[in-house]
Amino acid sequence: MSADQTLAFDPDCHIFSGCGFPAPGLHTFLYEPIATIGGFDFTKPMLLALISTLVVVGFFWAAFNKPKMVPGKVQMIGEAGYDFVRRGIVYEIIGKKDGEKYVPLMVSLFFFVWIMNLWSIIPLAQFPVTSLIAFPAALALIVYVLWISLTFKKHGFVGGWKNILGYDKNLGPILPVVMVLEFFSNLIIRPFTHAVRLFANMFAGHLLIVMFSLATWYLMNGLGFVYAGASFVMVIVMTAFELFIQAVQAYVFVLLASSYVQGALSEHH
Amino acid sequence: MNALLLAQAEEPQNPLVPHLDELVIGLIAFVIVFGFLAKKLLPNINKVLEQRREAIEGGIEKAEAAKIEAQSVLEQYKAQLAEARHEAARLRQEATEQGTALIQEMKAEGQRQRDEIIALGHAQIEADRKAAATALRQDVGKLATDLAGKLVGESLEDHARQSRTIDRFLDELEEKAEAAR
Repeated sequence: MSADQTLAFDPDCHIFSGCGFPAPGLHTFLYEPIATIGGFDFTKPMLLALISTLVVVGFFWAAFNKPKMVPGKVQMIGEAGYDFVRRGIVYEIIGKKDGEKYVPLMVSLFFFVWIMNLWSIIPLAQFPVTSLIAFPAALALIVYVLWISLTFKKHGFVGGWKNILGYDKNLGPILPVVMVLEFFSNLIIRPFTHAVRLFANMFAGHLLIVMFSLATWYLMNGLGFVYAGASFVMVIVMTAFELFIQAVQAYVFVLLASSYVQGALSEHH
Repeated sequence: MNALLLAQAEEPQNPLVPHLDELVIGLIAFVIVFGFLAKKLLPNINKVLEQRREAIEGGIEKAEAAKIEAQSVLEQYKAQLAEARHEAARLRQEATEQGTALIQEMKAEGQRQRDEIIALGHAQIEADRKAAATALRQDVGKLATDLAGKLVGESLEDHARQSRTIDRFLDELEEKAEAAR
C-alpha cells in the first residue's frame, strides 16, 4: 500500500481495542496535492496518468521505433498488442477499409486505459487512475466529439441528425417518441455511460481491494487473526480479479468507441 | 498522515462530477500518447509489417515460380527421355535390320563365291578333261596306228596320218559316251 493510503487511517486501530472499522469510502479517492504549481494542484493520480503516458509511449518506442523485419522480443509483444486491437477490435467492428484510419486512436485508447487501470495493483501506485471520473470522461469526450463530427461529415447536416435521431419513415406515428428517445440515448446518456462504465468498474474494484486490505489490518488482534486470514485471501483474490477486469474494461471501452465510430460511418444507425 | 486525515475531513465531492484539472491532465496525457503512436510509431511498424507481408508473399510467389519451372523442366526432361528411348528403339530396329540385311548380303555373297568357285572348278575340270581327251585321242590314234602298222607292216603310218578314219571313229565313240551320260 502506498504511504498515503496506509496512513489514511490510524495504524494502531484494531478490533477489540475499542476502535471502529475505518471503512473506505469516497475519501479513499481524494488525494492532497503532491505539489501546487501556480495555484494548480498536482495530485498522485495526475502523476500516475502522466507516468501512464510515459509507460505506453516508452514501450511502443522500444518496440516500434526501429522496427525490424525479423522482430525482437519487445517488438513481437508490441506487434501482438497492436494486432489484437487492430484485427480483434477495429477490423471486426468498423471493417478493414473504413477502420484503418481509426486504428491509431483505438490502439492509443486501449493501452492508455489499460495502463491507467493497471496501477490499481502495482505496489506503491495502488490506485486505478480511471476510478476518478475525470479521466474516463476525458477519453469518452474525445470519442464523443469524434463520433458527432464524423456523423455530420458523413451524412451532412440533415442526414447527420437523421442518423443520430434514428429517423425511419416506416415507424409512422411512434416516430416522434423514438426520435426523442434516441436524442437522449445517443447524445446524452451514451457518452455518460461510456465514461461511467469504466469509472464505476475501477472505482468498485479499488474500493473492494482497499476494504479487504483495511479489514485484514484491522482484524489483526486476538481472535480477529482468523478472520484477518480470510480477509487477506480475499485481497489476493480481488487483486487477481482486478487484473482481469482492468483488461476487460479497457477492451470494452475501445470496443464501444469503435462501435460508435462504426455507427457514425454506417448508413443506418 | 495529517494531510490525508485532513482530506478525510473535507466534504467529499460527488464522484460523478469530474474535476476540471484532472480532465485537462487526462486529455494532455492521452494526446501525447496518441501523438507518438499515430504520427511516428504505428506508421513505423505498419511499414515493416507491409514489407514483411510483401517479403512473405514474394517468397511464396518465388516458390510458385520455381515450382512451375521445375515442373516444366521435368516435363521437358521426360519428353527428352521418351524421345531418347524412342530414338534408341529406332536405332536398335535399324541396326537389327541392317544386321539382317548384312547377313543376307553376306550369305548371298558366300553363295555367289561358292557358285563361282564351283563353276570355276567345273570349267577347270572340263578343260582338263578336254585336254586329256585330246591328248588321249592323239595317243590312242598313234598307238592304234602303230599297232596296226606292226601288224600289217610299216607302210601304214603315212597313210594313217592322212586318213581321218581314226578321228571319225573316236568322235563316234565320244558321241556314244556323251549320249550314254
